[in-house]
Amino acid sequence: MFEHRKDRIALPPANAQKTQTCCHFCIVGCGYHVYKWPADQEGGLAPDQNALGLDFRQQLPPLQVTMTQAMTNVIQDDDGSYQRIMIVPDKDCKVNGGLSSTRGGQMASIMYSPQTPVGSQRVKYPRVFAGDEWRDTSWDQAIALYSQLTKRILDDDGSDQLMFNLFDHGGAGGGFENTWGTGKLIFTGLGSKMVRIHNRPAYNSECHATRDMGIGELNNSYEDAQMADCIFSIGANAYETQTNYFLNHWLPSLQGQTANKKQAVYEDGETIQQTKIILVDPRRALTVALLEQAVGKDNILFLDIEPGTDTALFNGLLTYVVDQGWHDKAFIEAHTTGFEDALKANRQSLDETSRITGISKDKLIKAAEWAYKPKASGHAPRTMHGYEKGIIWGNDNYRIQSALVDLVLATHNVGRRGTGVVRMGGHQEGYCRPPYPGGRPAPYVDQEIIQGNGQMLTVWACNAFQTTLNAEQYRNEVLRRSDIVKQALRKVRGAGPEKMADVIHKAVKEDGGLFVTVIDLYATKFAEAAHMVLPAAHTGEMNLTSMNGERRLRLSERFMDPPGTAKPDCLIAADMANALRKLYETEGNAEMAKRFEGFDWKTEEDAYNDGFRRAGQDGAPEIHSQGGPTGHLATYKRLRAAGNNGVQLPVKEYKDGQLIGTEMLYTDNKFDTDDGKAHFLEAPWNGFPEVVEEQRKKYRFWINNGRTNQIWQSAYHDQHVEFRRGRYPMAPLEINPEDAKDLGIESGDVVEMFNDYGATTAMAYVEPDIKPGHVFMEAMYFNSVMGDLVTPWTDRNVIPYYKGTWADVRRVGRIEDYADKVSFKRRRYV
Amino acid sequence: MKLSRRRFLAFTGTTAAGSAALGGSLLLNPAHAAEGSQQPGKVMLDYPKINISKASNLKVGQPVSFTYPDSSSPCTLIKIGRKTQGGVGPDGDIVAYSNLCTHMGCPVSYSSEERTFKCPCHFSVFDSELNGQMVSGQATENLPRILLTYRDSDDSIEATGVDGLIYGRQSNLLPGA
Repeated sequence: MFEHRKDRIALPPANAQKTQTCCHFCIVGCGYHVYKWPADQEGGLAPDQNALGLDFRQQLPPLQVTMTQAMTNVIQDDDGSYQRIMIVPDKDCKVNGGLSSTRGGQMASIMYSPQTPVGSQRVKYPRVFAGDEWRDTSWDQAIALYSQLTKRILDDDGSDQLMFNLFDHGGAGGGFENTWGTGKLIFTGLGSKMVRIHNRPAYNSECHATRDMGIGELNNSYEDAQMADCIFSIGANAYETQTNYFLNHWLPSLQGQTANKKQAVYEDGETIQQTKIILVDPRRALTVALLEQAVGKDNILFLDIEPGTDTALFNGLLTYVVDQGWHDKAFIEAHTTGFEDALKANRQSLDETSRITGISKDKLIKAAEWAYKPKASGHAPRTMHGYEKGIIWGNDNYRIQSALVDLVLATHNVGRRGTGVVRMGGHQEGYCRPPYPGGRPAPYVDQEIIQGNGQMLTVWACNAFQTTLNAEQYRNEVLRRSDIVKQALRKVRGAGPEKMADVIHKAVKEDGGLFVTVIDLYATKFAEAAHMVLPAAHTGEMNLTSMNGERRLRLSERFMDPPGTAKPDCLIAADMANALRKLYETEGNAEMAKRFEGFDWKTEEDAYNDGFRRAGQDGAPEIHSQGGPTGHLATYKRLRAAGNNGVQLPVKEYKDGQLIGTEMLYTDNKFDTDDGKAHFLEAPWNGFPEVVEEQRKKYRFWINNGRTNQIWQSAYHDQHVEFRRGRYPMAPLEINPEDAKDLGIESGDVVEMFNDYGATTAMAYVEPDIKPGHVFMEAMYFNSVMGDLVTPWTDRNVIPYYKGTWADVRRVGRIEDYADKVSFKRRRYV
Repeated sequence: MKLSRRRFLAFTGTTAAGSAALGGSLLLNPAHAAEGSQQPGKVMLDYPKINISKASNLKVGQPVSFTYPDSSSPCTLIKIGRKTQGGVGPDGDIVAYSNLCTHMGCPVSYSSEERTFKCPCHFSVFDSELNGQMVSGQATENLPRILLTYRDSDDSIEATGVDGLIYGRQSNLLPGA
């Protein structure tokens, strides 16, 4: 079906099947519709002849539709029939209002088709490494081996030997069904605490500080950006990473189109003014550049901060704001604790702040005035604070977040419409698990592996080979230990699961080996270390619920069969649990068998009802669910009816056939602490961690890193899609022209970055907006792993400082074919 | 230079005939647009051939507007000033693209400084020197390229087809065009 020249498209007929789905990718969770119909049919051009209801007999005007070949595919169902699909944005969805991003717009083309390059990469059947090769096998055989080995290790040496690299989010590769299924297996069944999450080396939160202070990190609605006087964006690049939140909510606000929304929620007599934006970022990112064009320089303040000094910025602003008397004394008195102590600890003059952050005093004062100075009417401005990886992956996550939320609390920018202090987010969310059995801080699992601990590692829908810190050492150690098991397996002949488990058990218990299972859509980079690969299903191949960055819960409906025998993660977890239960029952160990009870799920909906809908209900065990105790109201049936607007958690009630949700948290000033008050935390500026400072002094370039618009996460799909990989055959590395010239580097050259921790390569992309001494690299790429350069330092909760990386850069050479086919025009809209 | 529909049809006899034949086939099956060429040896639709300009009339960096394959599809012809992939003309530097952003159909504008097309609606940028490759932005396809041929004998640049689907169409050829 693949065609190079594509000058027509098949329209969905008027009677095509129509289902709802959220985008698989970023946290924004745009709503889309999926049309599906037999491949040998197509809809007509008249509006009543196609499911889109559009008149294709003539040229459509702009902004009517987004419909490209990337939004279509031909798939094959299990019954052998070929079906066409088209996935287009939902105009009625409050999140995206009919917009699609370059990531979401390609959803159809990454769905499984045996005929596409990306489809051909999917794992279709369980695979086991045996003899000296990979062998496809049945689920029965694979699960028998997995459970036999697990039981041997658990019985002999305990649950700390069972290690997991585990997803914890929503969207594809996540969802409430799957976090519950895996959590119940690992925490309740196996009792293991040796679990690391997704993109970090321990089982922790990226938002411990704000939660400790009583404020969950997703506390407003996207609509609040339209009601704000000021948007304060910190370490975020919303255009590229939360695209339609930015385009559909921030931009209209900044372009003065939302006065009516402000009017509706402001107090009588409160000044309605032009929304302004403050952006804190050491790099002039795409968001900054395009805003200067789109909203004018008078409404934008760009604070190009010195890397890693955000804590100092917030402390300086807090001090200035309090000295001006702009803080909300009544709110602080009535609803918070610890203000005076925090102010004393954080106090810092503007001169000092300017010296540390590199931001002029004038700009600091301007920022304070825009965000916190009372308006003409005397009302405090409504300032929405959005932060992401600049803080999450910044210099001491816990400390920066504390300093930020101190400033927000002092100025009461939470719980009022148009305010909020929110992480912008990466993936959608979808957390529902039994309580984590470990403490805080949780074990640094990567280091445990490096030190030779752990006998069995299960890598579930994540890929630390590309997405961890100190990645080179970690990868080398996992591969070395994995090879010990492979050597043992090479000698195994004629062995069933029990005998194989015996051989592996000896290799991991006595010889320092590590047995690795990868559960994923693809044989990822981590699968190079694996001995078993199990095929998972994702959004569209299963029913899956997630919530977005404004806690909006939606059901993405299943519309196609997974490839081969792939299945949802929750049902894979159930298979494992059920197999373990039988093994313990067989040997008469009722106590252990009981731990694996309650997995008699036939469908993913059973897992959803067992976890998300049982939280807080009578007779249920303790369940940590983002749905809280009212999650039970949100049945699949009700969510189907709620469409792509779903319901914002927590659900308040089900009334008149509708789920009623919560737009904003803390409007009653009751915070998530024991005493209901928000707690200030002390967070004085403390410089750089020693190991980071050492690299900073030794190496020339600050290696800033993050996402680019076209690539999602580890590029697990994108590396197989020509439109993406053709654009970036290697990770692009933005570098200043003067630095490039000095090093003899041109756009398109292959360059190497190296420091005391590792080395990696990228493709140079000369960009004048990058400051001298800085570079910016696509993180987590499949053939350019930025994490190789990151020190093993973490904050008190084992959160890495990915942004705290310095290295040298050298030119390696040039692959002409790369350089000739990739555009090196400026990515910024200037 | 914008071509009116009348001028468009008047360009060459073969174009007019091709257009009429296409209209005829659509009348037989009004529910569907063109299915591709009926002619052996062709894989693309039966595009018209339209004379756009003489190469010698073009100035480097000064875009020329025209429509193709019909009057509701605005396009831009550019002489880049240096040899370009797929470029035609004596210097191999003449290219043309659809003006409609593949994301949502807003008209893109040409930047002669950057030699890119930029969309003001959602900020997509396309490279005029590299087959319309999306440099950044929200589209999922590159900017459709208007295929050109150059005739030495009279220095003419002719549009002969489109590589990529034009925004807002089921098929690059509208029924009855």
